[in-house]
Amino acid sequence: MKTAMDDKAVDRALARIAHEIIERNKGIDGLVILGIPTRGHLLAQRIASKIGEIEGTSPPVGAVDATLYRDDLGMKKDQPPLKAMDIPIDIDGKVVVMVDDVLYTGRTIRAAMNALMDFGRPRAIQLAALVDRGHRELPIKADYIGKNIPTSMKEGVKVHLKETDGVNEVVVEPAAEIK
Amino acid sequence: MRLKRKDILTIEELSREEIEMILSTAESLREVSEREIKKVPTLRGRTVINLFYEASTRTRTSFEIAAKRMSADAVNISVSTSSVVKGETIKDTAKNLEAMRPDCIVVRHAAAGVPMMLAANLACSVINAGDGAHEHPSQALLDMLTVRGRLGALEGIKVAIIGDIAHSRVARSNIYGFTRMGANVVVAGPPTMMPPGIEALGCVVAPDVDTAIKGADVVMMLRIQLERQKDAFFPAAREYSRFYGLDEARVRLAKKGVVILHPGPINRGVEISSEVADGPYSLILDQVTNGVAVRMALFYLLLGAVREDAA
Repeated sequence: MKTAMDDKAVDRALARIAHEIIERNKGIDGLVILGIPTRGHLLAQRIASKIGEIEGTSPPVGAVDATLYRDDLGMKKDQPPLKAMDIPIDIDGKVVVMVDDVLYTGRTIRAAMNALMDFGRPRAIQLAALVDRGHRELPIKADYIGKNIPTSMKEGVKVHLKETDGVNEVVVEPAAEIK
Repeated sequence: MRLKRKDILTIEELSREEIEMILSTAESLREVSEREIKKVPTLRGRTVINLFYEASTRTRTSFEIAAKRMSADAVNISVSTSSVVKGETIKDTAKNLEAMRPDCIVVRHAAAGVPMMLAANLACSVINAGDGAHEHPSQALLDMLTVRGRLGALEGIKVAIIGDIAHSRVARSNIYGFTRMGANVVVAGPPTMMPPGIEALGCVVAPDVDTAIKGADVVMMLRIQLERQKDAFFPAAREYSRFYGLDEARVRLAKKGVVILHPGPINRGVEISSEVADGPYSLILDQVTNGVAVRMALFYLLLGAVREDAA
């Protein structure tokens, strides 16, 4: 197992993403930050509070659970557990920044976008990911990336956060260590 | 996460972990019914048949709405217009329905054991929506979800179930369910409606209603099933109401903030007074709302993954 980002690197990447979001959207008017549970939601909260430190006010934060919209339901042996859906405000006409920890095949993002569309019609949807590890299976691209980590499909990329794992870091697990 | 079973037939056979899984899934799914677009695409292409041999508004509609909110196709069969009136046996009816490839059959029947018999004979999932005086698992699950939502936990609470215990599948499923989750269940009712040996299910029989209700966190009133009262178990509705009905004076015996439940349909003025049924402690309509969420969860957990025997 090798550490690709430590606590400081994670924090700096999130600070940069916060700045980029403000710059790209020329402020935070009409902005909503929605994370994909569990770790994407935690990252969304951190990004929103960093935006608050810069701008004086934080944009609304929520969670968008993509589970009910997955394309592999009924194909796997286990039903994935459902997470919280928390859309704090009407998203019609808003700019929604979706946040996930690792961007990989893009299938979760597709599912999350479909879920969002059931709640309204955002003016735009943007995507932020702490790690982009490549291997997209759908035409999806992140607008804000913490770090590009080229990987083989046999490797695993794990984001650990203080709230869930006791430490902030990104690790790459060699194929042999994946159970 | 997975529910390692094809069917939901009884609460008796469910483990605490399985009940937890169903309740937490239902909690997540409750939000879907509050959206403007009350539908998720999760169970597209799945077919659910509601086969009801007994009258029902709430339960049948609830299962139908739950299936539709998960994007499964739901078909309702009411027995009065089906081939049953031509003398077809239940098993033949079910086998013929299964030949149309449904993924799940929801069945209600006046005879205990019908859902188990169908489950043993059909490859598709079977959900028991009430069999005779035996069990009504989805009702107990929605009752537990309602209580947990209000009180936060089920462990250690006192649940009083009052009324016609003998004829009540709701009582049986709830005794199994609440005791499995660590609650203390006390039952009370007319001696003619108290089945001997009910303690074997894990509950305590109280000598009278007031004792049962005293200090209770939850009071569940059962419907007097007038359609099953062929043998005159009690002399008059007014007398029943006086000795076994829930009015405001009796509510005051319970713990402050008591949760009052009733599976419906209620007989106003018989087992429950209108003031109590419409009062601040009554969660009777929350039960109905939660019923949809619980049934969505059952469909998700039974139909949301590939079946082991099919893989």
